[in-house]
Amino acid sequence: MNVFDIIGPIMIGPSSSHTAGAVRLGTVARKVLNREPVEAYIELSGSFAKTYRGHGTDKALLAGIMGYESSDEEIRYSPEIAEKRGLKYTFVPTDIPGAHPNTARIRLKAEDGSSCEVEGASIGGGNIYVDMVNGMKVGFTGQMNTILVLHYDKPGLIAAVTNYMYEHYSEVNIGNFRLARPKKGGEAVMTIEIDGRPPEGMIESLSKIPDVINVILIKAV
Amino acid sequence: MLEYSSIEELVKAAEDRKLKISEVVLEDEALQMDEPAEAVYKRMADSFKVMREAVVKGTDKDLRSTSGLTGGDAYRMKTYRERTGGGLMGDFMTGAVSRAIAVSEYNAAMGRIVATPTAGSCGIMPGCLVTMYEERGFEERDVVMSMFTAAAFGMVIAQKACIAGAQGGCQAECGSASGMSAAALTELMGGSPRQCGDACAIAIQNQMGLVCDPVAGLVEIPCIKRNASGCMIAFSAADMCLAGMVSEIPPDEVIIAMKNVGDALPQSLRETALGGLAATPTAIKLKEKVFGKEK
Repeated sequence: MNVFDIIGPIMIGPSSSHTAGAVRLGTVARKVLNREPVEAYIELSGSFAKTYRGHGTDKALLAGIMGYESSDEEIRYSPEIAEKRGLKYTFVPTDIPGAHPNTARIRLKAEDGSSCEVEGASIGGGNIYVDMVNGMKVGFTGQMNTILVLHYDKPGLIAAVTNYMYEHYSEVNIGNFRLARPKKGGEAVMTIEIDGRPPEGMIESLSKIPDVINVILIKAV
Repeated sequence: MLEYSSIEELVKAAEDRKLKISEVVLEDEALQMDEPAEAVYKRMADSFKVMREAVVKGTDKDLRSTSGLTGGDAYRMKTYRERTGGGLMGDFMTGAVSRAIAVSEYNAAMGRIVATPTAGSCGIMPGCLVTMYEERGFEERDVVMSMFTAAAFGMVIAQKACIAGAQGGCQAECGSASGMSAAALTELMGGSPRQCGDACAIAIQNQMGLVCDPVAGLVEIPCIKRNASGCMIAFSAADMCLAGMVSEIPPDEVIIAMKNVGDALPQSLRETALGGLAATPTAIKLKEKVFGKEK
């Protein structure tokens, strides 16, 4: 703990779980899509479903989807900004059984038809828990810097990624590693949580490894 | 290095070196964060700037919260102050209270604020310190420095007790903010490190037992008005100590007492919106107005 945990963070009200956490969930979805979204379909479960309007959770999610940060003053105008940008959005209260009370399931579509789906929760203090990405279990909290490697399920790919990290960025220590692969030979995802910050250029270089579709970084709070 | 484990530790560290608590803390934090002191100071100055902006934007006549339940009260207070030359509390105090309300209302309207220590209690410190800066002619440097004393006291409270309403009730949020601000005000006015500790103790004592009972679960009613009173309690606690009064119960014992009271609070009075004001018939109607009827 330091002085800025007490005098800070600088944030958008009214509460970190409804604003900062929701912005971060939107950001994760935007990064997974990796393009400018033109359509957003957002299902809200539990307490989010009942109270999202009064807390501004919808505005915060939308702001994250459009690429705003959790301290940007534009957050409260995000519906108007979305309209200007031509981003169509729908919020649907629903019930995701067994999900954390503050859960959102975000589906995004881009102009070229590509799409993504992210399901996660705002668990307090601006922290998040991301459960699923494109139907694959990822299960990370975002408290550590987290790298998601979306890739095709091919032999040797885990070694290719981790060896590359070891050879070029030996100072990086992996704190947690998880692989999800719903179907043999299909799409798969590595969830890599690392200690400290990722070195400059590492994310870009990893995304150039053959059979890697996309690499994204979810920065710790 | 400091451990921030007790107020006594901070007071002693400052007394031993004949420095202000804020000076000891800035030096220590720069060391612990491995950053130049000036860079750490600059970050705190940025927070003070955000506070000043929030005061201005939160005083807008047409400000409304996202829920529509609150907004415009800081403007009411400000114009009342001007119209009446300071109402009952006087020009200075009505100004401080209107600033505390402004920042707290701005938070409810999805504005940018500094959590001090939380978003729910974000109006108290600006109510105190922006007022000292704008109306008492204190230098920005001195005001920003006093925030390091406030922060150090908050770190002790967070470690010994807690600063979250869900855990310790409103006393843990507004009580802590008020105690931290009282210490900062006392230092700004030239009080000794021990007087800073006593001012913090008195402010917390005067909010001990305060429950967290937000109407409809929103950080609005009664939170915004509790920021106003938390600000006044900070000023009165600082004045009492500067007058030579002391806290008979030492600050570290007061903080532990606050923790014990928080632990004794039922779940219904810890941010769940199930008890206190949140459970009144009017609160339930307001909740239905914002979120619709429970199915």
